[in-house]
Amino acid sequence: MGNEAQPADATQSVDFQQVQQTEQFRELRRRHRSFVFPMAVAFLLWYFGYVLLADYAVGFMSTKLWGNINVGLVLGLLQFATTFGITAWYVSYSNRRLDPIAAEIRGEIEGHEFDAGSRAVAAGRAAKGAQP
Amino acid sequence: MSGLAIGGAAPMVNVGALKDTTLLNMGIFALFVLVTMVIVFRASRNNKTAADYYAAGRSFTGSQNGTAIAGDYLSAASFLGITGAIAINGYDGFLYSIGFLVAWLVALLLVAELLRNTGKFTMADVLSFRLRQRPVRIAAALSTLAVCFFYLLAQMAGAGSLISLLLGISDWGGQALVIIVVGALMIMYVLIGGMKGTTWVQIIKAVLLICGAAVMTLWVLSIYGFNLSNLLGSAAEAANNPNVLNPGLQYGKSETSKLDFMSLGLALVLGTAALPHVLMRFYTVPTAKEARKSVVWSIWLIGLFYLFTLVLGYGAAALVGADTIKAAPGGVNSAAPLLAFHLGGPLLLGFISAVAFATILAVVAGLTITAAASFAHDIYANVLAKDKADAGTEVKVARRTVVVIGILAILGGIFANGQNVAFLVALAFAVAASANLPTIVYSLFWRKFTTRGAVWSMYGGLAAAIILIALSPVVSGAKTSMIQGANFAIFPLSNPGIVSIPLAFFLGWLGTVLDKRREDPAKQAEMEVRSLTGVGAEKAVEH
Repeated sequence: MGNEAQPADATQSVDFQQVQQTEQFRELRRRHRSFVFPMAVAFLLWYFGYVLLADYAVGFMSTKLWGNINVGLVLGLLQFATTFGITAWYVSYSNRRLDPIAAEIRGEIEGHEFDAGSRAVAAGRAAKGAQP
Repeated sequence: MSGLAIGGAAPMVNVGALKDTTLLNMGIFALFVLVTMVIVFRASRNNKTAADYYAAGRSFTGSQNGTAIAGDYLSAASFLGITGAIAINGYDGFLYSIGFLVAWLVALLLVAELLRNTGKFTMADVLSFRLRQRPVRIAAALSTLAVCFFYLLAQMAGAGSLISLLLGISDWGGQALVIIVVGALMIMYVLIGGMKGTTWVQIIKAVLLICGAAVMTLWVLSIYGFNLSNLLGSAAEAANNPNVLNPGLQYGKSETSKLDFMSLGLALVLGTAALPHVLMRFYTVPTAKEARKSVVWSIWLIGLFYLFTLVLGYGAAALVGADTIKAAPGGVNSAAPLLAFHLGGPLLLGFISAVAFATILAVVAGLTITAAASFAHDIYANVLAKDKADAGTEVKVARRTVVVIGILAILGGIFANGQNVAFLVALAFAVAASANLPTIVYSLFWRKFTTRGAVWSMYGGLAAAIILIALSPVVSGAKTSMIQGANFAIFPLSNPGIVSIPLAFFLGWLGTVLDKRREDPAKQAEMEVRSLTGVGAEKAVEH
């Protein structure tokens, strides 16, 4: 398979399936998905909820709160606020929970710990990593 | 100010006076072209390899790239279109900008970093990573070209209507000449500067656009004592209709139009993260962390800008008046320039007009380099030359493609001049969301996804979006249709997203479960590990 996307670097001989099986990598994947999936569902529901309100609850959205500021405008500005908020939250989450572990795995791979030739060593490491 | 005193009665802007400022507009625009050309020449000295040409040597920082993304994304349709939509339709115009902004969370959470880690130059790199190369790459390249083509046409057609307003050129031949000039400039930028030159044009333009909008926003707010409620009240009074502050003026007319709005919302939110010219920008930074930083920057800049347009739109409604805007050459799109003229006279109008031109130039350049990269890298190098072409030949092919696409864009722009611009942009988003997004999401997150699923989803989504548009009221059967005097609009909505996007997700699933072939699990493992850890990702080019 002449894969163009594969750069000629030190990862040619890495056994990626073995990396995929390690406890460390599974933890990284779990942390990533347990943040992005619920968050994606939440903001999409909130956005479509808002669009449905604007579409079908015009009376409610037109309720005046202060002066000429109505519910629709406040909810719209809240969409901006949540977008900024989720962005900041994700950045802090990845800095704390994702980047360190990803860097660790990257270091191990680049240190040839998962090369196809050194299965025994790598298997030993994987087993060690799996211990609580 | 006079606007307040007269209230909603007479127009405060003498549209005829706009013509006198043509020379000034052209002068400011010429200055922009001159400055950016110098920068593009300087930036192009290091363009040697394919990574230099397509991905600017992966040497931009996250904040630079984030600004360039904002420059790429805030097209004339966003700046002139949304301000105009708010000025005329009030709250419903604001709904657009929210969809355009929230969409960036899809890019931030699900796409940007994983894509940066697994790809090289184009979207097809990622989609074909663990599937069979040829069929997936061809499908991804075709949908990239389709999206870029519709988006390009929209920008070039928009240039025509902008010119009629800003330069006072109203005859067809004069407008065609200006479209040719804009197209030729764009070809120069992309040919000489490659991705690096294009990126600098976008950065400069984004800074000018956001600063210009900020100044106008503060100006408008200061007129109303920095009280948003007063501004809104004045806008409602000028429009003689309190409903401009409420949703429903544009989309609340009928059940069909309400559904149409849902469809548009879906296409906007899911389309952004699948626009190929946005995706390609993630390859211009050295790491996934910088890709994340780019999206964060662009979310802040784009969000801030859309908050400005809210003030500018209602400001234009209050100070210029909807009737004056509609009657001006350029129609709805003239709200922002007319407001600039009302506030700061010819000089501010000249500045805003030059920025609007620069916007079109920058966006068109970004689209052109994306389409050229997709053709040269995916179709030429990987399919036609079967991986045997060297990088030098590939870049040569890319440069030739730039010229061809530039000429096509000029011809398309002349032909599409006066067409409904919003329809072309919505079509580009709907095609991106239907043809690209399901396959991007599946191939990043669904282990069992197969080649057949990808091909069915991409072609199915692409065909569904285009066919439904062709059978919709935007093409025939309505007052504003492209083809007058015919009616074959059997699909009632003007945006196909609500049908074509779920259909493409369904086809991706169906193709996969019906596919007896299994994809290589080693490739799947490699893609997953690479995407999350960034191991072996393309590094910055050292010079």
